[in-house]
Amino acid sequence: MSTGPNTPAGAPDAGGAGEMSYVYAVGREGPALDGLATRLPGLDGRPLRPVVGGGLCALVSSVSADAFSEQGLTAQMEDLDRLEAVARAHHAVVDAAFAETAVLPMRLATVYLDDFRVAAMLARQRSDFQELLGRLEGHVELGVKVYADPREAAAAAPAGPSAVTPSGAGAGRAYLRRRQAQQRDSQDVYQAASDLAARAAGLAEGVASSRAVHRPQQGQLAARAGVNVTNEAYLVPREDAAGLHRELAALADGAPGVSIEVTGPWAPYSFATAMVAEGVDGGGPR
Amino acid sequence: MSDSLAGRLPASPRGAAPARGQQGSSANLADILERVLDKGIVIAGDIQINLLDIELLTIKLRLLVASVDKAKEMGIDWWEHDPSLSSRARPAARERETEAGTVSGAGIGPPPGAGAGAGNEALAEENERLRAELARLRSAAALPGATEAEAPADPSGQEEER
Repeated sequence: MSTGPNTPAGAPDAGGAGEMSYVYAVGREGPALDGLATRLPGLDGRPLRPVVGGGLCALVSSVSADAFSEQGLTAQMEDLDRLEAVARAHHAVVDAAFAETAVLPMRLATVYLDDFRVAAMLARQRSDFQELLGRLEGHVELGVKVYADPREAAAAAPAGPSAVTPSGAGAGRAYLRRRQAQQRDSQDVYQAASDLAARAAGLAEGVASSRAVHRPQQGQLAARAGVNVTNEAYLVPREDAAGLHRELAALADGAPGVSIEVTGPWAPYSFATAMVAEGVDGGGPR
Repeated sequence: MSDSLAGRLPASPRGAAPARGQQGSSANLADILERVLDKGIVIAGDIQINLLDIELLTIKLRLLVASVDKAKEMGIDWWEHDPSLSSRARPAARERETEAGTVSGAGIGPPPGAGAGAGNEALAEENERLRAELARLRSAAALPGATEAEAPADPSGQEEER
């Protein structure tokens, strides 16, 4: 069935020279993850393998020790294209595993020296992982972001008489008036966005069992126009996810300059951390 | 084991959600990074790089290129307080640290010379208050050293007390 702590068979390169074991996700030992490992590639197309210990199963693939040493990793992570490839590969495995069964997503770049060390870790953390799996089972994560875009709102608003630029004496005053109006509009948009965020939170909290607040997304990676006002994640029962997704997505209909983006269902990334932090011995040196 | 998620959710709920299984390829990179970098369960691997460097990297990736002013209007200004992002935050954070350290250690030693700033006045006041409190408690308990507690201006005086 799958490899055990003492028999990392099917893993010829694990622990070999120059190879390390990269862990994607941990679930319960069973055919679901074993089967997945045979179908799905890991990072750089390397084969996935299940590593079991303590009744748990980790999805693992080999990575080059050079690339994932402290220096190698730093270099990789600073190259955004490479980082994207690693992150997407990591997420693809987690996502596929999560579609099969309850799994705990690992943080990016969780590497062990070999499969024996992974199995030992699983055995050591068995009770925490089992408890966490039990708590997260049957739940998915939905991401909810609210955006405000004053420029879009300004474009949507009918251009008043002040939009006509007078020349001569009144020009300066007209300019100031226009700037004031712009400022007021943008305040209105932010106000509308906060209202929307509050409504979304109200809606989601009726369904969700947990909520996580993320930082608003900014900068070059935030692909969407406008300002991300709130960025939250909700842990919702699987059967309610599609309905809530629809309801949330429909909230912003009709409001110019204000939008909502609902993502997911995700594996419960945002909730695996918070919960384990209480249980595991400090959750690692954070 | 649980049912397949794909079986429970409509493949594409009216175009609102990406179909199951497409997340890996179509999801926004920012969303993915947000989750895989600093969310997800933390188990220290043999190489512990993920705990420090990835944290820094996450912050770096979030570095604000635009929209700072607009976000500030909304009161979203976390980067101002994050030493990794703002050089201005660094002294402030240090000040807070010293302040906290001094307040909790009030009456045990002199306030460190560093940490000059607006917080100092409040700090001195706080110190004064704590010293008075200490003196009151000591005299109430009829302990020696009550007078010294009034002015623990140097560490040597402190050692006598202990």
